[in-house]
Amino acid sequence: MRARFKSMMALLAGLSLAACATASKPHEPSAEETAAANAFASTYVPRPSVPTLIRNATVFDGNGAQLDNADVLMSGGHIVSVGQHLTAPDGATVIDGTGKYVTPGIIDPHSHLGVYPSPAIDATQNGNELTSPDTANVWAEHSVWPMDPGFGRAVAGGITTLHILPGSGNLFGGRGVTLRPVLGATTVQEMKFPGAPPSLKMACGENPARVYGSRNQFPSTFMGNVAGYRADFIRAQAYRRHWQHWNETHEGDPPDRDLQLETLAGVLDGKILVEMHCYRSDEMATAIEISHEFGFHIAAFHHAVEAYKIVDLLNREHICAAMWADWWGFKIEAYDGIRENIAFVHARGGCAMVHSDSEVGIQRLNQEAAKALSDGRRAGLHITDAEAWEWVSRNPARALGIEDQTGTLATGKRADVVIWSANPLSSYAVAERVFMDGAQIYERGHNQQYFSDFELGQTYRENRQ
Amino acid sequence: MRFLLALVAAVALAAPVSAETVLIQGGRVVTNGAGGTLDRGDVLIVDGHVAQVGAHIAAPRGARVIDATGKWVTPGAFAAMSEVGLAEIGGSGAPNDANVGGTIVSAAADVGPAFNPMVTAIAITRIEGVTRAAIAPDSTSTMFGGQGALVSMNNAPDSVFRDHAFMVVELGETGAQRVGGSRAASWVAFEAALRDAREYPQRYQRGQGGTVLNELDARALQPYARGQGTFLVHIDAASDIRELLRVKREHPELRFIIHGGAEAWLVAAELKRADIPVLVDPLVDLPDHFERLAARLDNAALLNAAGVRIAIAPGPGTVDAQQARLVLQLAGNAVANGLPWDAAFKAVSSSPADIFGVGRELGRLERGYIADVVVWDGDPLEVQSAPTAVFIAGQQQSMTSRQTELRDRYSPVLHPELPH
Repeated sequence: MRARFKSMMALLAGLSLAACATASKPHEPSAEETAAANAFASTYVPRPSVPTLIRNATVFDGNGAQLDNADVLMSGGHIVSVGQHLTAPDGATVIDGTGKYVTPGIIDPHSHLGVYPSPAIDATQNGNELTSPDTANVWAEHSVWPMDPGFGRAVAGGITTLHILPGSGNLFGGRGVTLRPVLGATTVQEMKFPGAPPSLKMACGENPARVYGSRNQFPSTFMGNVAGYRADFIRAQAYRRHWQHWNETHEGDPPDRDLQLETLAGVLDGKILVEMHCYRSDEMATAIEISHEFGFHIAAFHHAVEAYKIVDLLNREHICAAMWADWWGFKIEAYDGIRENIAFVHARGGCAMVHSDSEVGIQRLNQEAAKALSDGRRAGLHITDAEAWEWVSRNPARALGIEDQTGTLATGKRADVVIWSANPLSSYAVAERVFMDGAQIYERGHNQQYFSDFELGQTYRENRQ
Repeated sequence: MRFLLALVAAVALAAPVSAETVLIQGGRVVTNGAGGTLDRGDVLIVDGHVAQVGAHIAAPRGARVIDATGKWVTPGAFAAMSEVGLAEIGGSGAPNDANVGGTIVSAAADVGPAFNPMVTAIAITRIEGVTRAAIAPDSTSTMFGGQGALVSMNNAPDSVFRDHAFMVVELGETGAQRVGGSRAASWVAFEAALRDAREYPQRYQRGQGGTVLNELDARALQPYARGQGTFLVHIDAASDIRELLRVKREHPELRFIIHGGAEAWLVAAELKRADIPVLVDPLVDLPDHFERLAARLDNAALLNAAGVRIAIAPGPGTVDAQQARLVLQLAGNAVANGLPWDAAFKAVSSSPADIFGVGRELGRLERGYIADVVVWDGDPLEVQSAPTAVFIAGQQQSMTSRQTELRDRYSPVLHPELPH
């Protein structure tokens, strides 16, 4: 229930509830408002777990530190301690970590699993509501298919949290949602990360201009894109004022709810994170100007192929950058991609993240971090292995607003832990065990691959050994 | 036609005689040949060819000596499928010669003349250790994708060293779409096209025309239909592969390479018997199409264990003009999923050379081979490794690219303050 009320905040915050504190007349939420706030709440429940002690492993704590010959103790779903010579509580499972590496689970801040699931056929491709450039009213979670076999493959790659975004064909693509890869979930609510704020996917550049320009509709240019964001934020400002006025006076009927403007007003209230698809430095700078004009904060630029050119600006604005290690050139806005982008953002003090945007890439974000790390070192930077792990754990947790809950192995955090066969910054390392909230959800070689309902009964499976 | 092709190939493959003499000393040498891997060995390059491989080779007079102590020395990587050189930018409405639209040309499409050795992707690819690539069109409007070529990554005007190297044909879901949406039509259309090509030019001279091919395409397809060239077949499903095996039984002269083969592990023994090699993508493990519900990460390992000849390449639909360099990461992942290291490295070097018919000249560090040699700072299949020196046909290549110039302009090491 706690989780339920937390996400209620996210849903209607700034409209009725947050305004209560300053309202001249105390206002009890109406039944309508309460129902709206409770809709689509997380029903995630951690799997049962036993206290688990991993002994004598090399640990990257997700916060930039490496501990050699260290133990990791989890209990009650949380990290109890990381250190040497820890004592196993009664009944604890003890795992010998000698020669192995232990890290926080990988967090992918940009995935389309579930909304672009396998198999990819017309009916399953539900990630881009390409019917209007502003679809801030749609929520990615309402397209997520929990049976997407991609969730199981991602867990085998060490993923314990992922942010599902709508596509980038619209200026406002809709709300994103932070999920747990709960294997066997039959509803998306079971997968929703409790208390994680929703996001709004915005998109710069070629995609919206191409989608609508090709139909002779607005916007067809980059300047059209910018006019489009501004026009809708102006409408959102008015919507927000109307609600604030009503919350203060309760005169007459409340304003009609508008799902599109509700999302944008949530952004203006700081309750909804802005996750913005943007490649070029100039476009990111323009987006920052828009955020100043309307008074909101951009949590992260995604793809951010030219982040390395404006790290100082991103730092001043406290904006993270979610990047690929080496994608480039597939579009002109990705032409200036360099292999050192992630490392350069990190080295200049920025918040660097590795993202996948791919059902294949999400299975090995550790290798993407490794590429970026080695290229940064070859460029003369001094970055440790453990610092590089921040790019796939703490920093994405920060950009997704869940840093207080996961992303590092600090005491009290959710016990999202991966045991790797070797240093995970290698082509050859594989995730041997994955824990989510202290419960083991994957063990390589033991039911190595989780088969979703979709995959059951397929005749080829009888041919597997 | 064949003789002409052979002549062109022989000329293009010849290395410049002016190439310098280089001795690469003391590295871990992966020969891909009978010599196996030398923990500490030397490679002597003379006149663009490998002159000698072994321990303690004396440096000839005037030879430049490169110390490779602690490094790996290997044949150059060979990207078994790419569109490098066919586009500077993949999308954005930029010109992309990998996409053959329209209905005038399909089988006759030929990427050899379209290849541009000056695109920036060439240097970007080369400095990651890839020295050769097979290139092909991405798609046409018919089931025939056109003809591929083999190219070098040295920016030279004569980079295309094997033209008309293979003929792409779509025989899976995509092929079915091209002939109206059903495999019930695509196999019929394929065999009808073979007949048109075999009967070229007579039926066209008679004014009868082709059943499915225009004259231009029939002419281009003819050598392949007669078994004088190799079809590169985009196909994933085990059931489709079995159908291909039937065609092979009925027309033993036809030569096939499978590209894709996500479900090939299910028919590995039959593929071995028919000696049909597979270009496999070791990252394909999702049932993202109904033709690859049985995709699995150890496909490459299972095929190799069954004796099927494999090379590693991104699967059909994911081949691009920018990222041929990632083939080494693909091979490393195949190792992580059970493929022996030697087989994985061969799958991105000597195996593509063998499969495309240039394995006597390229892909090995043995006496007489063309000196495509890469010196690495570590295991080349490890994502953290990178080349320190790249030779193509004995000539040391520049390690600068558009990306390294951007890197240096914005480097925090070289420029602590950003320019603005």
